[in-house]
Amino acid sequence: MKNPEEIFEQLKAEFGDVVLGIDKETPTEPLISIDPLKMNKVGAFLRDSDDLKFDSLMVLSGVDDANGAKIKDADGVDSISGGTLSVYYHLHSINLKHKITLRVSTSRENPQVESVYNVWRTSDWHEREAYDMFGIIFLNHHDLRRILMPYDWEAGYPLRKDYKNPEFYKGMKVPY
Amino acid sequence: MGLLDKEFSDGNIVIAKVDDLMNWARLSSIWQLGFGLACCAIEMMATSASHYDFDRFGVIPRNTPRQADAIIISGTVTLKMATRIKRLYEQMPDPKYIISMGSCANCGGPYWEHGYHVLKGIDRVIPVDVYVPGCPPRPEALLEGLLKLQEKIRNESLRKKIA
Repeated sequence: MKNPEEIFEQLKAEFGDVVLGIDKETPTEPLISIDPLKMNKVGAFLRDSDDLKFDSLMVLSGVDDANGAKIKDADGVDSISGGTLSVYYHLHSINLKHKITLRVSTSRENPQVESVYNVWRTSDWHEREAYDMFGIIFLNHHDLRRILMPYDWEAGYPLRKDYKNPEFYKGMKVPY
Repeated sequence: MGLLDKEFSDGNIVIAKVDDLMNWARLSSIWQLGFGLACCAIEMMATSASHYDFDRFGVIPRNTPRQADAIIISGTVTLKMATRIKRLYEQMPDPKYIISMGSCANCGGPYWEHGYHVLKGIDRVIPVDVYVPGCPPRPEALLEGLLKLQEKIRNESLRKKIA
């Protein structure tokens, strides 16, 4: 059993610059930041290393950090430019009974994160959901389609903070 | 009113209007499409079960829209589902009836403002005969809705469909 600081040191020794840092100031648990385009090999190491054995991805969730510049265009419509979208990974080792939380942050304009589908199969639908709700592209995912919204939904990604719902979908009025 | 209220004046012959006979037959065996959407569907299933016993009104679930007379919209209708419901409705043969059950199907319910994915009332897609309020409605409320629908069918005429 290891605490997050020890796991961070171990990752830092193994991967160096790929591991960006650890945030201990969060009110819940420490967050370890990882390079979004190197997530796959970090995940494989966390799963396979004998003294870590993170065999369970409890949840993978997308987050809109909404830390970009807020812009109001000519029609008075708000949108966000720049900033980041994040993906959080909550891992648990059933064998060694320890947990960590990882975060990868990627740009809002071109959000790309490496898929961990081949490490934890749990992430298959979770990554599809993050794609559906936030538009985060998971590289090397085998089947990256929308999972909850209709396949032909063209109005964007609903959980982004600057999302605007359309007036009509297939002839049905959407607002109340 | 009912068919059997008429007098047995001559042996085994019962005199009734064709309208009354047809309406009595229709309202006494409303076969519903076996179809549930959300928590309202749990109440609908409770209504079908032995304690409330939907079957005593002749309501039994059918597994194909081709054999169904009524459809109970029991729960939140998402935009994705609305397209499917419309198709199911179009596959049902006339005469067909719709009970909108619960706040979500009536008007969007708790999703009325921020439900980006919810259709704000099934009557935007298909015509509704009876609205049952509640979140979710108790089985008694659904039974009341069914009785209201029966009342509507009872006053129909072959020349003019009301419900």
